[in-house]
This record gives sequence, structure tokens and C-alpha cells, in this order.
Amino acid sequence: MELVLAAAIGILAASGVWLLLRPRTFQVIIGLTLISYAVNLFIFSIGGLRTGADPVLHEVAGDVAQYTDPLPQALVLTAIVIGFATTALFLVVLLTSRGLTGNDHVDGEDGTP
Amino acid sequence: MSLHLVIVPILLPLLVAALQLLIGERRRRTTLALSIASCAGLVLACAALMHAVSVEGAQAAVYRIGDWPARFGIVLVADRLSALMVLLTSVLALALLPYALGRWQHRGGHFQPLLQFLLMGLNGAFLTGDLFNLFVFFEVLLAASYGLALHGSGARRVSAGLHYIAVNLTASMLFLLGVSLIFGVTGTLNMAALAELIPHVPERTRALLHAGAALLGVAFLIKTAMWPLGFWLPRTYAAAAPAVAAMFALMTKLGIYVLLRLGLLLFGAGAGPASAHFGSAWMLWGGMATLVAGTIGMLGARDLGKLAGYNVVVSAGTLLGAIGLQQSAVTAGALAYLVISTLAIAAFFLIAGLLASDGDDDTDDTLSLEPYEQPGETPANESLYAQEDESRVVIPAPIAMLGLSFSACAVLLAGLPPLSGFLAKFALLAPMLDDAGRGAQLLFALVVAAGFCTVTALCRAGIQIFWVEPERIFPKVRLTESVSVALLLGLCLLLTVWPERPLHYLRDTAAQLHAPGNYIHAVLPGAEVAP
Repeated sequence: MELVLAAAIGILAASGVWLLLRPRTFQVIIGLTLISYAVNLFIFSIGGLRTGADPVLHEVAGDVAQYTDPLPQALVLTAIVIGFATTALFLVVLLTSRGLTGNDHVDGEDGTP
Repeated sequence: MSLHLVIVPILLPLLVAALQLLIGERRRRTTLALSIASCAGLVLACAALMHAVSVEGAQAAVYRIGDWPARFGIVLVADRLSALMVLLTSVLALALLPYALGRWQHRGGHFQPLLQFLLMGLNGAFLTGDLFNLFVFFEVLLAASYGLALHGSGARRVSAGLHYIAVNLTASMLFLLGVSLIFGVTGTLNMAALAELIPHVPERTRALLHAGAALLGVAFLIKTAMWPLGFWLPRTYAAAAPAVAAMFALMTKLGIYVLLRLGLLLFGAGAGPASAHFGSAWMLWGGMATLVAGTIGMLGARDLGKLAGYNVVVSAGTLLGAIGLQQSAVTAGALAYLVISTLAIAAFFLIAGLLASDGDDDTDDTLSLEPYEQPGETPANESLYAQEDESRVVIPAPIAMLGLSFSACAVLLAGLPPLSGFLAKFALLAPMLDDAGRGAQLLFALVVAAGFCTVTALCRAGIQIFWVEPERIFPKVRLTESVSVALLLGLCLLLTVWPERPLHYLRDTAAQLHAPGNYIHAVLPGAEVAP
């Protein structure tokens, strides 16, 4: 499971970085989204990977080692919400730039007229 | 020590911004009155907070949200440094309000609420006591700053804003990676608890901790605009509306604040042999590189907005190098320089905006110093906002006012006597002479050289503006706009005349920062740390 998750994070981050460095705004925003997926998965995995363990205590708590760490899950939830909001804002700016300059290059101008 | 005053700088702008959004754009006077009340209230609250934490023998003030004990709950901590920074923020905001009164706030929607949200984010980031809330407040202030950077729209602003947002979103991702790595190693995000834990981190995970801290550091260095991470800054700041750019002058200082806070709290002398002074060499040499890059940019800048932007970079480089030295006396000088340079650069952005505008029409080009081809600009649609304008009173002799303020700014920024810029630079440089290290000596030389280049660049700009074209028609300057500039420069002047108490305060602040034991004890009363 660790290998699969690590590979997923790595591939997402690598493709995200590659897209982020591309000259079109659409590629940039997809790149940012992929990077944020990678980061969210990374935060999620930082509390250790467990299958079938609860993050919330039962009525009779029992052994704490049987639970998974709830804090990374709370953190990742906040990170998702904030990332989503800022990406949406970026999308608006991107569309404005497209409207003002008439093309989708990140600098507002590409070589072709 | 717990007091409710600590949360006021966060709650007040939040409530006012919400109210302003409810009231809506049309009732301009009500929104404005609310803004003024909020900023004045903030100044008073922050001054009271500063007084509370600086009386003899006072500890840092800790506010536990929901009264949960630290480690489990969220804490806000106000020590001398935080109190200083929130006071600086609110004073700057209050001084900028009159400027934004006339032309700028009508050029787009929701200027005032966005400004309040920016203040909330800034104050929150200065006061928070744990890393994840630092991230949240950072995002709050960045979201508001995106809106403000684009305020007034126009192709130049949108394209600069696009880069700004992309860079900052990437930096936020690095921030999150760093925070989660640190959490993975230590199991806590509370800064005081981290400071207590770091000396005891086992050797095999220490490398991971350092990697996390380094990622976090890179995120802040991007916001501080360290070379080579700072290419976004001059363009964005030059493109933003003057009042907004003046407020942004404080945002690079937020990066400095966090690096100073975390560098000394987590990786100070008490962090154990393996972690002590981690990253300080990077800050020192990175700061010097930034200083050089900023100076070159300043000498080559072809319009006033860019010139001001590179001044921000120079000041960030100076501060980075100074805090990289990690010496109490240098830190005190650096704080003095931080305050003066923030006020002076803010005033400089305002003056640049005044010189570029031509009175009644609101063109938003920055004034170019040499004729060169400027890409065609489509003026923003004015008709929507062009009706009533609160401040039509213009002051007589604008050239005298602009010329005097410009030269005062130049003297302050270059650190020439007799104004407070000199006092701050002297307080920063004098302790460096006692340091035998090569880094300190080189930094000393570079700061002096950068001061000389600042004089050159600003003199050249001043000659181009005021002397070269005798027939240049100077813009009308409104009373409200000159009030803002006068307030900022007057504050610097005040600090020139009465430097004693502020400098004393800053010396104590630096001493407090270099002995993190009392910060940790204030948050976690039972903590065991080396004093």
C-alpha cells in the first residue's frame, strides 16, 4: 500500500510540476490542481497508513493504538477547502486574462499574432 | 497571562468586513466610516496590547481559543515582536485610508472589505501560535491580496496578478508539505511545543524535520522575495494601485517576521547541537544575493513603480541577511530598519502614484523615467464609478509638496542623516562591526554600497522628474492624498526626534526573541526547556 500511495503522490506531483511550467494558462491551472492533489494525499499519509482503523473514539475508547491519527485528516480537509477556493479564484483571473488579452498565454502574448 | 485584547486585531476587521459586505457598495460613506472606525480601533487596541506586553516583567500574552490548553487547542500569542508588527500593520492601514478615499476605491468593487480581510489575515499571521493556523491566515491574507492586486483591472494588472497568484499558490503547496513533514516527525504544530520537542528529536528522523523546515523556509523566502525566488515582486507591485502596493510593502515583512520567529524559536541556540542555527547561513547569503539583485534592479529601473518595487527587494535582502546573523544587537537594529523602511517605502509608492496620475483623469501607468515603448493600455471603464467623489479639494503648490516628500523618502530609504532612516541603519550596522565573521563584514559592505546606489538611483529619478522638463505639468494633488503621505513621513520624522523609547523597546524585543524560554513558558506553563 505504501508503494502504491508513494507512486501516486510522486506521479501526480511530477505531472503537476511539468504542467505548471507550460506556457498555457489552462495547463498551469491543471498543474496546480494536480500538485494540490499530491500535497493533500501527502498530508493524509503523514499520520501513518492503516486500513479499517477509526479516527474517532468509540464510547469505550479501549486501546488508543487501534485508532488512526485524526489530526492529519482534519488538516487535509482544511487544505482541500482552501486549495479549492484559491484555485477557483485563479480560474476567474485566468478567464479575465483570456478576455483582456485575447489569448491564453501566461504572459498575455504569444509569438503568433 | 491571558487577555482578550489579543483576539481583537483579528475579530474587529473580520466583523467590519462582513458588515461592509452586507451594507454593500452603494453606501460609500457608511463603508468608509466603518473602515476608519475599524482602523482607528485597531491602532488603539494594538497600542494597548503593546503596552500590556511591554510593562516591566510582563510575559507574552497568550489567548487560548475556547480555553483548551495549548498543545490540544489553538493559541494566539502576543509577545513584543507580534505586538510591534500588528501595531505597524494597523498604523499603516490607517495612514493609507485617506489616500484610497478619492480615486482608487471607485475603480473596482469591494476595496474596503478586501482591505479589512487583508488586515485580518496579517494580524492573524502575526499573532498565531501554531503552524497550521499560520497557513490559514496566510491564505486569508493572500486571497484578499489577490483581489487587491487586481483592483482597478486592466491588462497589465491582470497579467501581473496571474503570475503573482500562480507563484503564491505554489508557495502555499510547499508550505503545506513543510508543515505536514514537521507534524509527521514531532506530532505537534504548536510552535512552543515544537521548540520544546526539537532538541529531543531522534537522530534518524532529524533529517526529515530539517527537510520540512527547509520547505517551510522556501515558502516564506518566496514571499520575502529572496533571489532567485523574487522575480514576481517588482512587476506585481508596480502594477498594483498605489495604496495597495503601499500595503503590500508590509507583506514581504510578514515573511521576514515568520523567518525571524521560527528561526530563533525552533532553531535558536537551544535547539541542540544538530539543529542549532539551521538555515541561518542560507538566510545570510541569500539575503546578500537579494541585496545585490535588488540594487542592480533599482539602478536599472525605468519607471517609478519598479523603482519602488526594487526598494522593497533591497529592504527584504538587508533584513534577511541581518536576521541570518542571529545576534541580538543586529536583530534589534533590523527591527528598527524594518519599521522605517516599511513606512518609507509605503510613502514612496504613494508619491509614485501621485506623480504618475494627472489629476482628474485616472490613468494608472506608472511614470516612466525615460521614454521607451510602453505596451498599449486600455483604460478601465470609469463611467460606472465616476460619480460622486469625496475629495475634490486640491492643495496649492503640489510641486513643492511632491518634491519635498520625494526627497524625504530618498533620504529615509538611503539611510542618510539626519532622518530616522540613518538611525535605523546605524543601529543595524554598528553591531556588525564587532563581528569578526566574514559574512557579517561582507553584509556590512553590501548594505553600505546598496545605500549609496539607492541615493544614486533616487537622485537620478528626482532629477528626471523635477528638473529635466521645466514645462512638465504637475498633477493636482488632493488634500486627502497629501494627508496620507504626510502621515507616513511625519511618523518617520517623529521617530527621528524621539528615537529613545522605540529603540529601547526594540532592544528588549530582540533580547526576548533570543531567549525563547519565556515564550515557551507562557504558552506551556509546565514546559522544561533550557532558559
